[in-house]
Parts: sequence; structure tokens; C-alpha cells
Amino acid sequence: MSDEANKGLLSPLRRKLLMGMAAVPAITMLPRASFAQAPATSAVNTTGLAVTDTEVTVGILHSATGTMAISETGSIEAEKLAIEQINAMGGVLGRKIKFIQEDGASDWPTFAEKAKKLLVNDKVAAIMGCWTSASRKAVLPVMEQYNGMLYYPTFYEGLEQSKNVIYTGQEATQQILAGLNWIAKEKGAKTFFFIGSDYIWPRTSNKIARKHVENVLKGKVVGEEYYALGSTQFNSVINKIKLTKPDVIFTDVVGGSNVAFYKQLKAAGIDLAKQPLLTISVTEDEIDGIGGENIAGAYACMKYFQSLDNANNKTFVPAFKKTWGEKTVIGDVTQAAYLGPWLWKLTVEKAGSFDVDKIAAASPGVEFKGAPEGYVRIHENHHLWSKTRVGRAKLDGQFELIYETADLVEPDPFPKGYQ
Amino acid sequence: MFGDYSLGDLGSIFVMQGFAGLILFSVYVLMALGLAIIFGQMGVINMAHGEFMILGAYVTWMTSNLFQTYMPSLFGGYFFLAMILAFVASGALGMLVEWALIRHLYKRPLDTLLATWGLSLMLQQAYRSVFGAREVGVELPQWMLGSLHVTDSIEVPINGVFVMGLTALITIAVAYVMFRSRWGRQVRAVVQNRVMAGAVGINTEKVDRYTFGLGCGIAGIAGSAFTMIGSTGPTSGQLYIVDTFLVVVFGGAASLLGTIASAFSISQTQSTLEFFMSGSMAKVLTLLAVVGILMLRPQGLFALKVRK
Repeated sequence: MSDEANKGLLSPLRRKLLMGMAAVPAITMLPRASFAQAPATSAVNTTGLAVTDTEVTVGILHSATGTMAISETGSIEAEKLAIEQINAMGGVLGRKIKFIQEDGASDWPTFAEKAKKLLVNDKVAAIMGCWTSASRKAVLPVMEQYNGMLYYPTFYEGLEQSKNVIYTGQEATQQILAGLNWIAKEKGAKTFFFIGSDYIWPRTSNKIARKHVENVLKGKVVGEEYYALGSTQFNSVINKIKLTKPDVIFTDVVGGSNVAFYKQLKAAGIDLAKQPLLTISVTEDEIDGIGGENIAGAYACMKYFQSLDNANNKTFVPAFKKTWGEKTVIGDVTQAAYLGPWLWKLTVEKAGSFDVDKIAAASPGVEFKGAPEGYVRIHENHHLWSKTRVGRAKLDGQFELIYETADLVEPDPFPKGYQ
Repeated sequence: MFGDYSLGDLGSIFVMQGFAGLILFSVYVLMALGLAIIFGQMGVINMAHGEFMILGAYVTWMTSNLFQTYMPSLFGGYFFLAMILAFVASGALGMLVEWALIRHLYKRPLDTLLATWGLSLMLQQAYRSVFGAREVGVELPQWMLGSLHVTDSIEVPINGVFVMGLTALITIAVAYVMFRSRWGRQVRAVVQNRVMAGAVGINTEKVDRYTFGLGCGIAGIAGSAFTMIGSTGPTSGQLYIVDTFLVVVFGGAASLLGTIASAFSISQTQSTLEFFMSGSMAKVLTLLAVVGILMLRPQGLFALKVRK
């Protein structure tokens, strides 16, 4: 028993020494090789992470099976593409990125277990992963206990901040407020009808939206409805919408319910060209299932659309399609997932180290000028400064950019006056 | 809550709400019919019912793609062919499953629960591997979209009317097959007394296989029809399974009439409650009512009168 324990304690140290020793001849003997500029492993990795002279290992942790595979597949694809591109450019600190992919299987305890496996057994330098808030909440204590680094891609409800997480998606205020301001001004909207799936993200988002509508826009929320996840029947709530005649329908319905909701809305004769609808839960990925003809005319509030017209995006979209197929679409979260490996690379280079503590400290201020959404910068609170955009859904399943904020919007995970 | 609205508004909303209830009723009946045959008549707890439905949905999706590529001029009518193909595909898979799995478990009804649950997981992963993890969008012909404009404020969804018609048709067909045809008589004989039915010369194995196939085939048609109102993805079947069992169990497992009565009462309660409170709350109250009634009447609404 004690032997076992000793081995466990000694092995990282021994490995570190071996790695350090291995690095010395590598540097002296291959002065002109492509990795010549690579700093010694002992210098950039003082905590026993899986870093060798030529490779660094990261983890990818998403659901490739189960309900959430629908959504998380895009994130996996984006992260792999980013890693491939970084490797083609010479890697990070002269080391190629190798990834270990684990399947969270749409089950939150599995996520925590796999995160622990990646950190404790594989000693990965960072994890790109999680999608739902539930999976992130399950993984968070593991990340904090074993001091890992998580790059989390999804737009989410906020009310969280951790040294061990970089949130590459928008928190709620970044996603919602600018969109509401825009639609209130553009459509003269005064009355809003909220409809969402019944769990934490829609409820928190709608709470923030309601405060904003009532206190800032001086409007009125004429209905707020929640349906259990997986509901497929929306005819009653559609009748209520017809009865209350809101200026704007504001939705955060997710998953299979989304498809049912828009199909039934269309079948009930609600014409989205005349009835403004603002959604914060439909990206190009979801439209694939909903069908462009069922949602054309709806407004979505996101930070990224596949149709964005900028130089970065014009190289990103073809590269993505080349790797993952011509028919693949790229939604907001997929783009945010693509940012993860890049931000990590830039932070590692800024810190000059793979050590998690140094990365956490170096993260604020790191900027990524090659982001498909344009330009992003990490805030002190580990969220991203990014623009809010409104797009209108078209028949072909793409969005047409209608509005974007002039400046980057500051992330505010604990918004005062909105709680 | 009605103070602000004119009488005309209210009238049309009640009409529309009535339609919403009827559509929900048809959806419930359609998804429960297949299970009513399998669970009600054969006593097999088929947890993979939703996956048989989704097979029908995927068949519809493939048919629609085929028509769009090769016969765009006939696209308007593809849905009818798709439903027939869905019936054949799900029915054939059902018969295969019965032969390979279910027939070994007739004497152990509770084990079918686990076996079919495992089957549902395997089918889900198979769909994911074959069709991809993302949902697919089934494109409908133009005439099935939109709504019938009755008055300015009353609009009836065309796909809802279509589902209602389809449900009525299939219900009548099933009732005819089960209660008027020679084969239906054999099915009921096997259900009531397997040994005796075998002794009088009924091929019970064959009856079992076709009955299971019929139930699965109807699930396939239901799945095909639901591409109009819901999503088509590897796990979409899970969205229906709970409601389906609820309807069948509440109605009284062995009774088709019970299934219809239970679908009617659950759908009307739910859609009325949904109008007056939020969707989640309506669901909670509906389920509470069902639990309450089942406590008083464990055999369900309608039960076969059996001499004890």
C-alpha cells in the first residue's frame, strides 16, 4: 500500500527530471531544427503536465453520444480544426498539440469523471469542453480541485467566474441587452412575450430580459411561459400569443422542442415577417433541424453568424467546410469553441509557460485578432469582450446580419440590478 | 385575465383552443396506437417504441430527399409514399426484433422492459452513426404548410387537420383488423389463452410476429406524420415515449377504446390547463390527476372484464 502511494508521489517528479534531462541534449544537438526556439520543458512546465520536448497534450471533453451530441458535435469539430491549424503553424512554444478526446455522453457525472481522468491520469495542459451549464457545473469542482484549465464555449446564464475557466461564449447580458435595445428602437416594441424551456439558462436569461424591458425600456412583459425540456406541443401557448398580440416574441426554447415550436408557429399562421420574434437559442445548427422555411424572418441575437463578412471569417468558413464537409453549418457556439485552442495558445505564449497558474494570471488582456467573429479579448473576469449582433433568418438557413454593436460589449457575469 | 378582450376575440380563441386540444388528442392517439397493440394485446413493454417512430421519420426524410433529387415534379405527393415506406420499414424491423429478441422473453414480461430499453439505446446510436448526430430537417410539400384561413382570427393548421384525418383512418383500420377480421380474432385468442389457441390450430408464433410487426409499423407511420410537427434526430423518440406509455396505461392496457378515451381526457386536460397556466405547471397537474385516478382505478379507465 505504502509502496503504491510512494510511487504515485514520486512519479511526477521523476518524470519531470527525466523530461528536463531529455530536453538538454535535444536543444544542444539540434540547434537548427524547427523546434530550435522551443524553450526547455523544465522551464515551461513546472507542475508535471503532459508536456514533452515535441508535444503537449490537451483534452477535448464533449458529448459525442446521447441527447447533447446534436449540439456538441459542432464544438468538437471546431476544436479539432483549431488544433490542426495551430499545429500546421508550428504548434505552441515549439510543441505540437496532441489531443485526447473523451465522451461526456450527455451525462453530467460522466463529465466530471472524465474531466478528473484527463487531469489526473493524462495530465492534460488544458481542456476544451462542456456545453450545457449542467455539465460545466459538474466539471467545475474538479477543475478547481486539480487545478485544470477549461475553455468553455457556450453562451450561458452568467453568475459564475472561476480562475480555472475561460468562458469563450457570451454571458447573458452580453447576449440579451443589446438585442432588446435594438428591437425596441427598430420596431418600437413595447410589449414582449417570453417563452422558454424550463431550466436554469432560459429562466435566468428571461429574468434579466424582464428587468431590462421593465426598468430600462419601460415596456411590458405580457406573458412568460416555460415548457418542460422535450415538449413537442405548443398550440396552447401559440393561442396565448395570438390573444395577447405582443410586439415581440422573445424565445429561448432549446433542443427538439425548438423544432416543434417553429413548425407549429408557422402552421398556426403566424407570419414571422410581420410578427417580430427575437430568439437567443437558434443558430445555424438549429435551423438545420427546424428548416429554413419555418423560421425565415425571425431575428437571432448572437455574436457570430456564418455569413459574417470579414477577412478572418472568409478563411475560416471554407477551411471548416473543407475539413468537415460542404454541407456543415457553423453556429455561434461552434465559432466560440474554435476560439478555445487559439486563446490557450496565445496565453501560453504570453505567459511563456504551460503552468495553469501562470495561464490563469496571464489570460486577462490576451487578444485574438484572427477570430472569425472579428476580434476578441479576455476580460479580467475570464469572459470575452465581444460584439453583440442581430441577424435575420433566411430561407436557406443562413442569417443576414442586421445590426451589430459599435464597440465590444463588456462581459458582466454578475450584473447589478438584474438579479 | 379576459377583461381586456372583446367577445369576438374570446370566441375565436376558444375555437382555436378547441382545435389545439383536438390536434393534441390525435397526436396522442397516433403515437399510442402501436403501443396499445404491443403492450395492450401482447403484454410486451416496448421501451423502443419511440425509436421505431423515429425510423419512420428518417424514412420520410430519405424519401423527401429522393423525390427532391430525382422527381421534383412529384414532390407534392411524396408524403403518402413516405408513410407507406415508413410502415414497411418499421414493421419489418419490428418483426426482426420479435424473432431475434422478444419471442424468447414472452414468459418474462419484466425482462422485456430491460431488453427493449437496451434495444432503444442501440437503435439511437445506430441512427447517430448512420444519419449523424445532428437533427435533420424534413422538407414538406408546399400544400402541407401554413393554415386554413377561416376568419380573420381563426386559423386552422393544415398539418393538424392532416394528423387528425390520418389518426381517424388508422384507428378505424386497426379496429377493423382487430375486431372484425379472422386474423384479429386469432390475435385476441392468443392473448387470452396462448396454450389453448395453439391447441386449436392457431400458429401462435406467426400471430405474435405479425402483431408485433403491425404495432411497430403503426409507430413508423406516426413517426412519419410527426415530422410535420416535431424534430427528427437520433434521440427524438425519447420525446414521445413517456406520453405514449401514459396514454396506454391510463386507458387500461388491453383496451383500444380505453386508449382513445385516455388520449382524449389527457389531451383536453393538458391543453385547457396550458391555456390558463404555464406549460410546465399544466404538465405537473395533468400527471398528478393521472396518478390520482390510477390510485383509485389501478386497471386504468377501461379494463377487459375478466372472470376471476
